[in-house]
Amino acid sequence: MDTLLQQTVNALSLGGIYALLALGLAVVFSIVRLINFAHGEVMTVAGYAIWFALLLALPVPVAILAGLAVAVLAAVAMERVAFRAMRGADVTSLLITSFAVSEIIKVLFQNGISARPVPVVLPGWLTATIDLGAVRVGMISLVSIVTVAASLALLGLILRRTTLGIAMRAAAEDFAVVRLMGIRANHVVALAFAISGALAGVAAVLWVAQRGSVDPLMGATPVLKAFIATVLGGLGSLPGAVIGGFVVGAVEVFLQGFLPEAALPYREAIALSVIIGLLVWRPDGLRPAANVNRS
Amino acid sequence: MLSVRGLQVRYGAVEAVRGIDLDVGRGEIVALLGANGAGKTSTLAAIAGLVPAAAGMVRLDGVAMTGLPTERLARQGIGLVPEGRRVFAGLTVAENLALGGAVHAPAAERRARLRAMEARFPILGERRDQKAGLLSGGEQQMLAIARALMAAPRLLLMDEPSLGLAPQMVERVFDLIAALRAEGLTILLVEQNVPMSLDIADRGIVLANGRVALAGPARELAASDAVRGAYLAA
Repeated sequence: MDTLLQQTVNALSLGGIYALLALGLAVVFSIVRLINFAHGEVMTVAGYAIWFALLLALPVPVAILAGLAVAVLAAVAMERVAFRAMRGADVTSLLITSFAVSEIIKVLFQNGISARPVPVVLPGWLTATIDLGAVRVGMISLVSIVTVAASLALLGLILRRTTLGIAMRAAAEDFAVVRLMGIRANHVVALAFAISGALAGVAAVLWVAQRGSVDPLMGATPVLKAFIATVLGGLGSLPGAVIGGFVVGAVEVFLQGFLPEAALPYREAIALSVIIGLLVWRPDGLRPAANVNRS
Repeated sequence: MLSVRGLQVRYGAVEAVRGIDLDVGRGEIVALLGANGAGKTSTLAAIAGLVPAAAGMVRLDGVAMTGLPTERLARQGIGLVPEGRRVFAGLTVAENLALGGAVHAPAAERRARLRAMEARFPILGERRDQKAGLLSGGEQQMLAIARALMAAPRLLLMDEPSLGLAPQMVERVFDLIAALRAEGLTILLVEQNVPMSLDIADRGIVLANGRVALAGPARELAASDAVRGAYLAA
């Protein structure tokens, strides 16, 4: 029972990070039909920004803010430099462009800093464990869960209460008509990238806090999981991305926790089989995007 | 107010509009008529910037508008009620209306316009917090028109506003168009309901194969056999 509770906390904490990343992918995809393979590198860039800020002996909160700011800037810059010129291109061309961006950034970090992980030391209280009655859980897990919940709530507020947020939801349905309303396409797209960057930044902070290091491939694995999450949830659906993120996190954690030892090497295979099974059951995802797009 | 000269629209090798001239004077309703594929929707789309003009000139109150992006044209006062309504189905009625006026007026003015729309279309007020996709076809058309009006456009382009609506609703849409003109709005109307369009319009322009086949005062066109001819020909 206690292990179950403990694993649930772990599942929520890991799933939450996947959910943030998946949401960032979905926000961009829903508007510009770009499957952004360079999303993981936004996370990596944020990780290095935190590392660098701490190297300069800046206080931890400042380093975290720097990580978030750099993530937003990196995402917006990617759009401006690489993706804007490709707007309206087909999904494959956009995908290949994002591969190129991803590789360039990885190589820059490998050659510019180091291919090996660099340590990031965060304050001790973050790595402590606390007793909640009978269960001991990591402080970082609780911080992750609260942070993810706050981020999702804030995003919901932006999408429902601000004009540009409402315009983003509208653009996912029919971008041409949003422009007919006089709303600048570039603003809507830039906001989508800024939001995806901010979410990747939050994910990077939590990921770095859990791992204690940054390396050039840091974003690759979690974003791969986030891709699976967006497909599982229904490509382009924001609630689907969140649900998908939590499902992928839960499958991963519970298999790790409860599989017999002999089966552990097959953990990933079993996890992916579960997800394939879910997709066979619901081919459009667990919660598909409601609207068919027209451009 | 609106002056179009030599407008051409191409989709790849297909010439949808092959050099048309048209003028809409301030406070006028001009009906743009023609068979399917005659180039009516493409003409509106090019004026609103949704598709690029291959050639030609569009002026609004003497200012060249050709080649500006859609959002700039909207800010210049060109409103379009698109074919098929295209309301944002997943957004509430209030959110649809809010987007319509989003960039055109300060917040206080937008609230006043929103109240005016809800007074004009009581059903939209009642359904304020419902998803627009749940409205009936006629209600969605009202919403699409109200959304365009939220911007207080100088020129309103309407593409088939009565298409697919029940007869009563068709009548309401035409009454509304006549009422908007009475308030001074300038309207370029594309319609397949020829008799009712010519009934409320000041002038009519008949397109065939991307060219102007016939133009004249609405009353004369309504009495002319050539209008029927142009329809049946294509």
